[in-house]
Amino acid sequence: MNLTLRSRKISTAYVFILPGLLLFLVFVIYPLAKAFQMSFYEWSIMPDQPDTFIGFDNYTRAFADPIVRLSLKNTILYTLITVPGQLILSLFVALLMNQIIKGKIILRTLYYLPVITSWVIVSLLFKYIFQSPKGVLNDLLVNVFHLIPEPIPWLRDTPSAFYPIWSLGIWKGIGWAMVIFLAALQTIPQELYEAAAIDGANAWRRMTNITLPLIRPTFVFILVVLMIGGLNVFISIVLITDGGPLQRTEVILSYMYHQAFNFLDFGYGAALSFILAALIIVLSFLQIRFLRKPEEIM
Amino acid sequence: MLRSLPSSFKKVNMIFIYFAIICGAVVMSTPFLYMVSTSLKEHAYSIQFDPGLIPSDPSFINYETAWETSNFQLYFKNSLFVSLISVVLVVLVSAMMAYGFARFEFPGKEIIFFTILLVLMVPNMVGLIPQFLLAKNLGLRNSLWGLILFYVAGMVPFNTFLLRGFFETLPRELEDAVLIDGGSYFTIFTNVVIPLSTPALATISIFSFLAFWDEFILALTFVDDVSKRTLPIAIALLHGQHGTDWGLVFAASLIAVIPVIIVFVSLQRYFVSGLTSGAFRR
Repeated sequence: MNLTLRSRKISTAYVFILPGLLLFLVFVIYPLAKAFQMSFYEWSIMPDQPDTFIGFDNYTRAFADPIVRLSLKNTILYTLITVPGQLILSLFVALLMNQIIKGKIILRTLYYLPVITSWVIVSLLFKYIFQSPKGVLNDLLVNVFHLIPEPIPWLRDTPSAFYPIWSLGIWKGIGWAMVIFLAALQTIPQELYEAAAIDGANAWRRMTNITLPLIRPTFVFILVVLMIGGLNVFISIVLITDGGPLQRTEVILSYMYHQAFNFLDFGYGAALSFILAALIIVLSFLQIRFLRKPEEIM
Repeated sequence: MLRSLPSSFKKVNMIFIYFAIICGAVVMSTPFLYMVSTSLKEHAYSIQFDPGLIPSDPSFINYETAWETSNFQLYFKNSLFVSLISVVLVVLVSAMMAYGFARFEFPGKEIIFFTILLVLMVPNMVGLIPQFLLAKNLGLRNSLWGLILFYVAGMVPFNTFLLRGFFETLPRELEDAVLIDGGSYFTIFTNVVIPLSTPALATISIFSFLAFWDEFILALTFVDDVSKRTLPIAIALLHGQHGTDWGLVFAASLIAVIPVIIVFVSLQRYFVSGLTSGAFRR
């Protein structure tokens, strides 16, 4: 009796997970596995022509490709600039926001608006702001504040072509991190601060000895999520510079996309995307391993 | 006298805090102000164009043009269709799967759940090339239902992960009562679990809706057929046309943002609770 009950429970369980599992296997797992396989092939775009197994050639080619090195550098630079930028600004805003009561919801919403607006729209917006000669930023710098005599052609050269991309990355993410920091700050018991104040701890000491240690797990969580997001930068690059001028603002995913869908080099594109995936997985594990204390892990 | 000192200090402190927050909010909003202002300017591509904040001769002509021309209403409908159907499907499928994980033991449970967690870390675009080929082979390119299938499948891992955590916190006593009364697990699911989980389900609905409404990469890669485009593609292509009419681009963008604002403002409490409770349960 127990056996049939148990097997009935198991079959009920499968009925519950089956629709999701099928979709997951067919449209997510199979493509990932296939991409892994493709990365070891010279993939033919013609269905009737055989694909050639070439071992690690796509990977060795990638590491010798100067544009891959440049894309990797640009991807990592984007992450190194936008992640600390978002972390510091959002923590600062959250600490301030945590002190106020009146107008909190409307102010929080203003910081959150960039988060809910699509990447496509805000990328175009930043391209418009940074365009030359008649862009908003040039107009402000030249005609309103008289800081520079001539408009700057921001998008025509590096590193200035990265400015819209970096500033967009920071601007769009602050609100998200701020809301999460704010929630963590609200869980800190007020008594801790009162006790510390009685002991004569000043604001700075209360910050470093109470606030920061207590929001540390949240900090690590936000750091990991932002880092993954940063390494995945794609839409803003494609819409603002499309990798130009002369592929100098290319990042891994934009270069992968161009290789795959402009040059139809599917095997090489797959290898490039796996290099990025490996980088992300390794970095995420390292961050969780070394930044979280043992008792905080999962 | 002594007592008033800290309180006046507090007041000055508060003024500083508000000043800093409001300055930040102004910086955060300025790009949007320029977007709205530009959308009210006619001929924003011409030589005489003035990029200043205040439009000299504001008009809604760009909104009319955007709404009336080049299939915009069709794209709006396409986006709405894809997003709404995907949300319904993804919520149903993820809730079922999450309930399976939260309440049952079955062979393969650990390995499937571990795979889901691992996939959450892998960039979506890693599978893009085979997804494109799969869509092509199954005849799902240039099809809104094709997009829906890929969208739903793509959001299942994250939503399942969130909902499983939520379902595990539900009391089991109610479910046992249903079983004793002769009900099945499916009765429990529809009559107990779903009604008790409205906040969590609302949260994943909102996040999924936004993700689907804004989805760009798959739609860009899969869809060639002009009549099957969604709004993000239409807007990106409005810009791509030679001599970009920014007024038109931003009018179209703002129309596209309206559903997002409606969803966000009306469901804000689910939004914040979703970000902060389920999103990072440890």
